[in-house]
Amino acid sequence: MPWKTVCVLKLIHTVMDLYLPIFVILAIASGLAGLIVVISIVFGPRKRAQVKAKLQPYESGMNAIGQGQRRFPVRFYLIAVLFILFDVEVIFFYPWAVAFRQLGLYGLIQMLVFVGILFAGYIWVWKKGALDWETMDK
Amino acid sequence: MPVILELILKSLVLIFVLLTGFAYMSLVERKVLARLQARYGPNRAGPFGLLQPLADGLKLIVKESITPKSVDVPIYFLAPVLVVIPALILFAVIPVGPGDLFQLASKVNVGVLYVLGVMGVAVYGIVLAGWSSNNKYASLGGLRASAQLISYELGMGLAMVTVVLMAGSMSMADIVAAQLPTQFGGVLGWFIFRQPVAAVVFAITALAETMRSPFDLVEAEQELTAGYMTEYSGMKFALFFMGEYVKMIAVSGLFATFFLGGWSGPFVSEVPLLGLVYFTIKVIACLLLMILVRATLPRVRYDKLMAIGWKTLMPVMLANVVITAVLIVIGVPGYK
Amino acid sequence: MNELLVYILLGAVSVVAALGLLFSRNAIYAALFLVLNFGVAAVFYLLMNAPFLAVIQISVYAGAIMVLFVFVIMLLGAEQLPAADTGVRIKASRFVIIAGVAVLVASVMYALLTQSSGEAATYASDPAAIGVMLYTQYAFPFEAVSVLLLAAMVGAVVLTTRDAK
Repeated sequence: MPWKTVCVLKLIHTVMDLYLPIFVILAIASGLAGLIVVISIVFGPRKRAQVKAKLQPYESGMNAIGQGQRRFPVRFYLIAVLFILFDVEVIFFYPWAVAFRQLGLYGLIQMLVFVGILFAGYIWVWKKGALDWETMDK
Repeated sequence: MPVILELILKSLVLIFVLLTGFAYMSLVERKVLARLQARYGPNRAGPFGLLQPLADGLKLIVKESITPKSVDVPIYFLAPVLVVIPALILFAVIPVGPGDLFQLASKVNVGVLYVLGVMGVAVYGIVLAGWSSNNKYASLGGLRASAQLISYELGMGLAMVTVVLMAGSMSMADIVAAQLPTQFGGVLGWFIFRQPVAAVVFAITALAETMRSPFDLVEAEQELTAGYMTEYSGMKFALFFMGEYVKMIAVSGLFATFFLGGWSGPFVSEVPLLGLVYFTIKVIACLLLMILVRATLPRVRYDKLMAIGWKTLMPVMLANVVITAVLIVIGVPGYK
Repeated sequence: MNELLVYILLGAVSVVAALGLLFSRNAIYAALFLVLNFGVAAVFYLLMNAPFLAVIQISVYAGAIMVLFVFVIMLLGAEQLPAADTGVRIKASRFVIIAGVAVLVASVMYALLTQSSGEAATYASDPAAIGVMLYTQYAFPFEAVSVLLLAAMVGAVVLTTRDAK
């Protein structure tokens, strides 16, 4: 076996001891959730002669007009983009917070510069009205 | 392999407890809400209506599983499953008592980020339910819900950064250890007293992430019928319901771990089982608070909801993180 | 040989997910296959003793970027691809692209196999060590990231909001 593979396999052993519980519970939870969906198909009654209207999309009792999936406002896209950017920022906080006692004042200054730049962006986005939900696409 | 067997057993017990908790949580909620509105609530099935959850469950099992014609079948069935799984696995990193017996993976050194990641993935079930239903209410509900979830995830993430900053570790076990009475000032060592702002923000974002009142806009009946759940019935609907309540229990567990000292309390070192009792009491207290909030507050308007998330919680939490860091650098007692 | 089995099985899942991504005619399905692929990649990071990267992979890629992808697909109403185009030129250009990607992948693989020393594992397992390294040795790139994020923010807002005139 190549040396690299041996290395990887050894690591599987050590890391998996810690993380195995997560995979076990993930497997059980998935199995359970899948089982419940199957149960509803198995035990639920099936009516053969189904009324056509019953299988229509629900639109408060009216006949459905057009497709249900339609294009939607661009502001949701903007929210998602801003979310990614700030999410990355938040993620950067975590290793910093863990190591903060080792970094001390130096770490604080580093983070202040980082937050400062992004906060300037945040203010600009706010002033631009991108966070105002109701007026955004007027 | 006995290790695997032990893990499977523990996971099964945990999931069983979570599901029982979900069932009785729904009953308690209806009872409390009813009492607060001068009604009786469910009291026909068994004494005090104790069999009501069982009856509800059986009813939903024997309901016909309707699959509307216009849905995208595989994803329509996948979506409720994707809602339940993240809710169930959140608890894997939360220690429910001292020692190895009461924990699954709480020693993992990225526990807090695991929570953030699982919360992030939980968005898929909802957005896919809305999309696959091919229904206007469902699409709008799913979209609104996912925008709400990702907006409040930021506030929650920053609140957790504060906790990590205080504890100096992302492992849940270490976070509980940092709040033990031996560390700092007895019960005042709990992070809720040392980080009140983060605690409040975490509580608000927890309500939003579980889509509970006053942030239950996706279920705003007047506008959206049942939101992304509109086309779901029977057990598939029950899965969404289950996902919501299990997630409530999970975020309560997180709040207890982050801010209420987890399983810590008097005499835990002598009787480890007491830790489990304390933890359970703390979680139940959080859950009751969530019910009371639902009974008290009116629903927030959608634009206000987004404004709270982006314009209030974000800057407040950023300031909180910076202030905490300054306090740590100065070396204020309790923040070293 | 349990470990090797896990390794091969995960690799198979990741390849299947990647193929599923390529051959789905529905963009939402393709996006979901990509999420699955990211999930497997996260497990691979875990196997390489880098749990921090693993959770970030889930949190940022699966939890944020792919949500944006799904949003964009729905935004454009572009779930269904049109029927496959069978023109000769398109086929030819496809081959060129595939060949180019193959060369790229092969060169990256070669670089990884010959040059990586396996030392990453010593610090990657500890978030505190990553933190110290990121904020001392790599302090400048870290600050540069904030400017990059700022540029992305400005771009997104400029593209999506209309000036009220």
